[in-house]
Amino acid sequence: MRVLIALIAGALFSAGLLISGMGDPAKLLNFLSVGPRWDPSVAVVMSAGAAVMALGFLTARSLRKPLFTDAFAVLPRHGINLRLVGGAAMFGLGWGLMGLCPGPAVADLVLHPGPVGLFIVPMIIGIWGYRLFNKSKSAAAARVGVSV
Amino acid sequence: MLLPVPPATSFTPVFSLFGGALIGLGAATLWIGNGRVAGVSGVLGGLIEPKERDWKLAFVAGMLLTGLIARVLGIDPSFQLSGPRLLLVPAGLLVGLGAALAGGCGSGHGICGLSRLSPRSIAATATFMGVAFVAVFITRVIGGMF
Repeated sequence: MRVLIALIAGALFSAGLLISGMGDPAKLLNFLSVGPRWDPSVAVVMSAGAAVMALGFLTARSLRKPLFTDAFAVLPRHGINLRLVGGAAMFGLGWGLMGLCPGPAVADLVLHPGPVGLFIVPMIIGIWGYRLFNKSKSAAAARVGVSV
Repeated sequence: MLLPVPPATSFTPVFSLFGGALIGLGAATLWIGNGRVAGVSGVLGGLIEPKERDWKLAFVAGMLLTGLIARVLGIDPSFQLSGPRLLLVPAGLLVGLGAALAGGCGSGHGICGLSRLSPRSIAATATFMGVAFVAVFITRVIGGMF
């Protein structure tokens, strides 16, 4: 059941991205360039998404556990550090360069596999590369008996 | 101007509201149903590990399924690139590495994080928005739009 829920959630999420126009890199870039041709759509999309998700979080508060799994994930709230800010800055630079980011890229992939593939493959290499690097670092630390 | 000015797009408040609400509904479905956050970079990153891979694959499959349905129905949402295609490669690398370092992207920090007023997510979102505005200003606005 939890697999089906994830499938439905992904389909809704992606439909929302495509319907709202977030799949169009020009729309993102026109949001990011304030001027006479500024397109504020992105702000409306994010606000609407966050508002509905806030209702979701509030609804979930009255539940002891999620409907189909044993526990809610524990989400960090604090810990603003150089890694977070530096990573977000890199992300912003890449996003501002071409107007694509992970959600819209996945939503667009089937419709425009050529250009989106050029973006999504290095993107996944970046995400996985960091994870593998972290893993080998903690494995090496474990070998010498240091905790990270 | 280093990069071309993107084609003009018009403000679409109704589609933005409806689409944004659907994004929120998808994220809320995953949270209430499974207790997991719909952060696309986190879900993609998690595919490399066996832990909870099943639902992550399903989430990505669901996202791709929507595109497939649109394609089969002949719906072709606007997709306009501006600038050399090869720039997509470094842009993707920066976005992927950056999201991994920051622990989230536009969906995890930007929508899910902001909706619960997480200070981490607010800091991340403010940073990537700010840097993106500056990046676009330098590469596409100066000398081009005004």
